[in-house]
Amino acid sequence: MITDTMLAPTSEAELAEAIKDATSAIHIQGGGTRPIGQTSAQVVLTTARLTGIELYDPGALTLVAKAGTSVAEIEAALAAENQRLLFEPMDHRGLMGTEGTPTIGGVVAANVSGPRRIQAGACRDALLGVRFVDGQGTVLKNGGRVMKNVTGYDLVKLMAGSYGTLGVMSEMAFKVLPGIETQACVLINGLSNDAAVAAMCTALGSPFEISGAAHTPSGLDGHPVTMLRLEGFADSVTYRAKQLMTLLDGVGDMQVESDPDKVKAGWAWVRDVETFHGREGDVWRISVKPTDGPEIAGRVGGDVLFDWGGGLIWALVPSGTDLRTKLGHFRGHATLIRANVATKSAIPVFQPEPAPVAALANGLRAKFDPKGILNPGLMG
Amino acid sequence: MEMPVPNSAILSRKAQIVARLRMVLPADAVIDDPSETRAYECDALAAYRCPPLAAVLPASTEEVAAVLKICHDENVPVVPRGAGTSLAGGALPTADSVILGVARMNEVLETDYDNRIIRVQSGRTNLSVTGAVEEEDFFYAPDPSSQLACAIAGNIAMNSGGAHCLKYGVTTNNLLGVTMVMMDGTVVEIGGAHLDAAGYDLLGLICGSEGQLGIVTEATLRILRKPEGARPILVGYDSNEVAGQCVSDIIKAGVLPVAIEFMDRPCIRATEAFVGAGYPDCKALLIIEVEGSDAEIDSQLGVISQIARKHNPVELRESTSSEESAAIWLGRKSAFGAMGRINDYMCLDGTIPVSELPHVLRRIEELSQEYGLDVGNVFHAGDGNMHPLILFDANKPGDLETCEALGAEILKLCVEVGGCLTGEHGVGIEKRDLMKTQFNGPDMDIQMQVKDVFDPKWLLNPAKVFPLDISADRRSLAA
Repeated sequence: MITDTMLAPTSEAELAEAIKDATSAIHIQGGGTRPIGQTSAQVVLTTARLTGIELYDPGALTLVAKAGTSVAEIEAALAAENQRLLFEPMDHRGLMGTEGTPTIGGVVAANVSGPRRIQAGACRDALLGVRFVDGQGTVLKNGGRVMKNVTGYDLVKLMAGSYGTLGVMSEMAFKVLPGIETQACVLINGLSNDAAVAAMCTALGSPFEISGAAHTPSGLDGHPVTMLRLEGFADSVTYRAKQLMTLLDGVGDMQVESDPDKVKAGWAWVRDVETFHGREGDVWRISVKPTDGPEIAGRVGGDVLFDWGGGLIWALVPSGTDLRTKLGHFRGHATLIRANVATKSAIPVFQPEPAPVAALANGLRAKFDPKGILNPGLMG
Repeated sequence: MEMPVPNSAILSRKAQIVARLRMVLPADAVIDDPSETRAYECDALAAYRCPPLAAVLPASTEEVAAVLKICHDENVPVVPRGAGTSLAGGALPTADSVILGVARMNEVLETDYDNRIIRVQSGRTNLSVTGAVEEEDFFYAPDPSSQLACAIAGNIAMNSGGAHCLKYGVTTNNLLGVTMVMMDGTVVEIGGAHLDAAGYDLLGLICGSEGQLGIVTEATLRILRKPEGARPILVGYDSNEVAGQCVSDIIKAGVLPVAIEFMDRPCIRATEAFVGAGYPDCKALLIIEVEGSDAEIDSQLGVISQIARKHNPVELRESTSSEESAAIWLGRKSAFGAMGRINDYMCLDGTIPVSELPHVLRRIEELSQEYGLDVGNVFHAGDGNMHPLILFDANKPGDLETCEALGAEILKLCVEVGGCLTGEHGVGIEKRDLMKTQFNGPDMDIQMQVKDVFDPKWLLNPAKVFPLDISADRRSLAA
C-alpha cells in the first residue's frame, strides 16, 4: 500500500534524487509484504512505482525487470513462454500476516528462495545483474544480462539479501529456465525426523534429480509426511519416481502423488510454510547442515517444518523465546523471521557474526552508505 | 601491457624480507634465488613475464597467515597463485612482489556424501576433487578446460566455468564455504556445509575477486551424484544464423541440455586436419549433450533432432553408444590444440546474449578481414560465452600488437550488444584496461571501495582488474 507520506519515485532518476536529498534515514520497502527485521528510520521509501519488465528474451533465458514489478506479473510473463523462475520464491503474506503485492525487488533484497533451492540454487544464483542507488544517491550497476560474467567484482551476489542496507535496487536481470511438462511427488508416511532426513539424503544423493525434499512431523492429518518432488517430461518423471521408490524400498509406507495440481499445492504449502499460518508465536528460519537438522530441531522444543532435505528448519516458538540460546552452539545460522517489535528489539534478527566477519560487513556498509541512512539498524 | 614500476625500497630490503619469511616457513618453502624464482615469472598468458622478489609455498592456513602478516608489516605486495593456468595474467608477478603459491595445500579434509559436500585445501586441482569422490559416483560440476592442472584456489579467484554450466552453474554456484586469510593475517570462516549467508553474501563477493580480497586456503564444495548417462548429438548447418536459431529453439522447447557447443568453419577445418573426427565441412557445427537414463536421453535427443531437422541441417548424427559419443566430442576437445598447430593464438572470453550470436559472428568475420588475422570460433553457445581464437605469429614483429588490438575490438563488440568482457577467464592484466568500456567511473569506484575494506593497503594482487590510472592513488598508499 502506497500512502501519501511515503517517498514513491517513479523512475531511477527520481529514486537517486530522493536519496541524495534525504535529510533523515529511510526505511526502504518493495510491496511491504516481508517485514523481516526492523529499522529506526521513519520515512518510508517504496520502490513499488518502479514497474515494468524491461526486456524478456526467452531464447536467451533472460528477463530484466524494474524493482517494483510484481512477482505475479513476472511469473505470468514467463508462463506465457513456458518458462519460470528457478528459485521458486516464497510468498510471505500468509506467514507474516501482511497484505499487498510482493515485488521482485523485495524478493532479491531478502534473497528469497523456495524448495527448489537445493537443486537449482538460490535467488542470488539466478541473479545476473543489478542496478542500484547507493546511500549518497549515486546510480550504480554491476553484472549484466548474460549467464557467464566474471568482469570485475560480483556485487550482484552482495546486493541479494542485503535488505536495502547497501543500496536501493532499481532494476535486476535474471536467468530463467524452461517450464516443466509435469511433476510428481513421492510421499513417505510416518517417519521420525532422523529417518526422514536419512531418506532425503539418500534421495538427494541419487541420480534422479530431486527438485524438492521436505518433511513435516505433523502433516495435514497430524502424522509425519516426507515429500520428494520430481519434475520434467512425463515419461522421465514416471521412470524416476519408480526408481526412487525402489531405492528407498523398506524405508516406510510410500506412495506417488502424480496429480500435478495436488503436487503443486503441496509444495506451495511447504514453500509458504502454511502450517504456521495464523498461529500465535515467533517464527524462526534455521539453516544447517542437513544431517544436523534433526538434532537442532530437537533443541527447538516447538513445531518445526524441514525443507531443503533437512538443511532448512522453520520453527514456531512461544513469543519472545530467545531461540539462539536454546540452540546453543551450531554450525549454520538462525534468523528471526516473524516476531513483535519488543522481541525484535531484544533479540538480533540476524545471526550475530564472528568479529572479523562483522568488521567486513560494517566496513562495506560504511562504504556503500556512509551517511547511514539506508534501513539503519536492520542488519547492524 | 603496462605494469607498475617496482618499488625500489622493497627491492633493496629483499634480504631482510626473505629472512623474515624463512623464520615462519620451512627452508624449502621460501624461494629467492633468481634462477628459481623464474619458474613463477608468468602464468598461461605467457607473453608477459616478470620474476617476483620471492616465492613462498606455505603448507597450511597458519603458514599463509604468518606470511601475510610479515608482508603486511613490510608493505610488500603479494600475488596469489593457484596452478598458474590463468589465461588473463591473474598470477603475473611484479618484481617487488612475493608470489604465494598454494600448491602444497592439496589435501582432502572431509568427504560427506550424506550432505553432498567435500572440503579441500585450495591447492587441490579441479579434476582431483572429482577424483576423490568418483568411486562413489559423485563429481564436482565446474569443469574448466584446464581442469587437469588448475587449482580450486584459482577457480574461486576467477569464478571459473566450463562446458557444463548451462545446467550446473559456475564456481560461485557450487561453492558453499571458505577459510580465507586476510592481508593482515586474520583468518575468517565464511559459509560452510549449510546453505546461504547469515548476513551479507561475502562468499559471493569473494568468488571471482581475483585474489584481491584475501587468500582462500580451504573450500567447502558441493558435490553431485553423476547422472545415469550422457550422450550428444551433432548437427551441421550452412549458416551461423540458422545454427543460432536452432540453439534458441531448443532452449525454448523446454529441454535443458547439459552442454551446447558451437564451432565455426575455420575451427572445423583445423580440427579435421588435426584429428580427423569426421565432421562435415559446413559453416557451423553444434554439439548438444543431454543426460539421464538411456530412455530419457533417447526422448530428449528425439525432441532436439526434431527441432534441428526443421532448420535443414547438412548433417545430423545422434550418438547411440559411448564410442559414437567419443567420436563426436573428439574434434571439439582437440579444437584448441588444432588451432595451436596452425599458429600462435590468443583466446578471448567475452559473453553475449545468445540471441546476438549471428550478428556477433558476422561482425567478427568483418573485423578479422579488416585486421588481416584469422579468427576461429569455438564456444559454449547455450550460455553465450564466446571463445574467439585469434591466430597470429609471435615471431612476426607487430603481430601480437595487431592481435591484441583486434581482440580489444571483439570484446568491445561483446559489451556493445549487451554482453561482457569475460565470462570465465577473469580480467587479470589482459582485460584490465578495457574495464572502462563496460563500467563507468562510479561503477569501478564502488568495486575498489570493496577492496579498500578487505585490503586497505592494496597489497593483494594490486595491479590487476582495475585500470592502472584509476587505481594509482590506492596502490601507492603503502609505498
